[in-house]
Amino acid sequence: MSDRSQLISTGEPFQFDSERDAEFERLVKRYPTRESMILPSLWLIQEQEGWVSQEAMAYVADRIGTFATKIYEAATFYTMYHLHPMGENHICVCRTLSCWLRGKQDIVDYLKDEIGIKPGQISEDGKFSLEEVECLGHCGTAPVVQVNGEFHEEMDVDKLKSLLATLK
Amino acid sequence: MEVKILSAKFDIEDAHKIEVAKQHGAYSTLDKVFSMQPEEVIEEVKKSGLRGRGGAGFPAGVKWGFLPKDTGKPVYLAVNSDESEPATFKDRYILVKDPHMMIEGIIICSYAIRSHETFIYIRGEYTSQVKALQAAVDEAYEAGYLGDKVDGHDFKLDVTVHRGAGAYVCGEETALLESVEGKKGQPRSKPPFPAVEGLYGCPTIINNVQSIASLPFILEKGADAYKAYGTEKSSGTHLFGISGHVEKPGMYELPLGVPLLEVIDKVAGGVWKGRKMKGVIPGGSSTPVLLPEEAKTVTLDYESMAEHKTMFGSGGIVVFDETVDIVELVKNLIDFYHHESCGQCTPCREGLGWMKKITAKILAGDGTLDDVNLLRELCDNIEMKTVCVLSAACTMPVRSYLDKFRHEFEAYVTTEGSSAEAK
Ligand SMILES: Cc1cc2nc3c(=O)[nH]c(=O)nc-3n(C[C@H](O)[C@H](O)[C@H](O)COP(=O)(O)O)c2cc1C
Ligand code: SF4
Ligand code: FES
Repeated sequence: MSDRSQLISTGEPFQFDSERDAEFERLVKRYPTRESMILPSLWLIQEQEGWVSQEAMAYVADRIGTFATKIYEAATFYTMYHLHPMGENHICVCRTLSCWLRGKQDIVDYLKDEIGIKPGQISEDGKFSLEEVECLGHCGTAPVVQVNGEFHEEMDVDKLKSLLATLK
Repeated sequence: MEVKILSAKFDIEDAHKIEVAKQHGAYSTLDKVFSMQPEEVIEEVKKSGLRGRGGAGFPAGVKWGFLPKDTGKPVYLAVNSDESEPATFKDRYILVKDPHMMIEGIIICSYAIRSHETFIYIRGEYTSQVKALQAAVDEAYEAGYLGDKVDGHDFKLDVTVHRGAGAYVCGEETALLESVEGKKGQPRSKPPFPAVEGLYGCPTIINNVQSIASLPFILEKGADAYKAYGTEKSSGTHLFGISGHVEKPGMYELPLGVPLLEVIDKVAGGVWKGRKMKGVIPGGSSTPVLLPEEAKTVTLDYESMAEHKTMFGSGGIVVFDETVDIVELVKNLIDFYHHESCGQCTPCREGLGWMKKITAKILAGDGTLDDVNLLRELCDNIEMKTVCVLSAACTMPVRSYLDKFRHEFEAYVTTEGSSAEAK
């Protein structure tokens, strides 16, 4: 969604809250190596903060006992990790084949007009971010939109209108 | 035409819950399985002819047989639930509607290959599906089907759900293993094959969700009952996904070997809006396209697909109608594969980028006949010169569109400035 090489610092120290702490300890026992905890830890950070900061990556590197570069490597490779804060409502529209055939462009165009941002941007009030993503595995009910992780299938402009109304 | 083998419990309310699943037979094959020798289980699966449902169609039992014996290392099972090939949307039905069928399959496979640890790799975008799967795994632990003594037998099995984070390439089996190990998803060179040196350097079997979920039926009813469906070489049933321009897109379980056009007409309601079909992609976006004329003789099995110079793939069928602009469709496909390249091989990373730029140039009306020829040439020069087949997953279909719809590309280009003759 953005330049995936830029890491952002908050200037504040990071640590897992108690719930994530417990989840980390539960999961780490499941893997033969601690480095296998890199992806799960990045998910824990993102669940807690909404995005992954430089401090959070450094914390996880310490916690796992590995080099920070290994954490950066994963965080910058996997596109679902947000390397900066996103809109309160993060809207992903599938752009791939079946959704394209069933009218994903109408969805994107409507969102662009309505929210005033292009894919890859965050609205000024911080309420929305928009992203075009690749096939979401729901091609039989295309076109598909995911809002904050929740799937909305067989979308059209009317359905999108009602959906947006619930988000504002 | 539809059958209900894998989808037998899909319409039963709450069948994802272990109590309901058990009332309908879940975990009932385990006593029989544990009374057999692991080799006998492998033999039964070989006999059933079950072929991997992740795309390559490799016989499951044969793959298990590749595991080296007595290495002193643990054997791992990785279940591939990455489901990211465009037009593929079948495995998530199993994860959400009947996850215990898959867990039972995991137990059967683990017993057969003498593995005590499974990782289920699920794509990151499957948010609610991850939760549903984890809930089912937790239930199976509580009920004693996972853990130190599986169903009271002297067999230990742990299952861990590992969530990806947005990378199609992690569906490639060795990239998947890298991802479980905490690395970026870059495929490994083979050999060594994962069966010899896989996860954490240990022997590893990777199977698709649907392959694994097919096991309880095979072990309960026997290989012959499974072979009663499908064709001689392509046995059993498959969860086909039909999408694009049809009246009733969706997931349908069908025996292998049924005629493609009949499926489109009778099962999926035919081409939408009374329009004509322009082409059909038979098995996910990476499989070469078929013209309606060619599709007439195609049946949904591995052999018929190969005879028609295409592939069964993941069973994701896409129909597109006469209004579709082929060059735009090709651009949509190249954009996908270029975006998903892991970047370690130059022909893939750069080559798919060139293909993307050339196609954009053609679409913008700035292309020449040379560009069309170059695009075609690139397909030949990229394919099979890379670590994994993601690059071929792009060049194989693109070549098919260039060869079968060349006039559409030519219509975009001015022949001026071109030195080449039209092919
Ligand atoms: C780029 C690429 C993506 C793949 N994606 C998937 C996938 O999402 N799911 C899957 O099961 N297999 C996928 N495969 C195939 C796997 O590498 C592997 O063959 C399969 O998981 C083996 O399981 P099976 O024998 O049961 O089919 C992919 C292969 C490639 C090259
Ligand atoms: S072919 Fe592409 S995706 Fe596969 S290993 Fe090479 S660069 Fe990565
Ligand atoms: S193409 Fe959009 S969900 Fe598959």
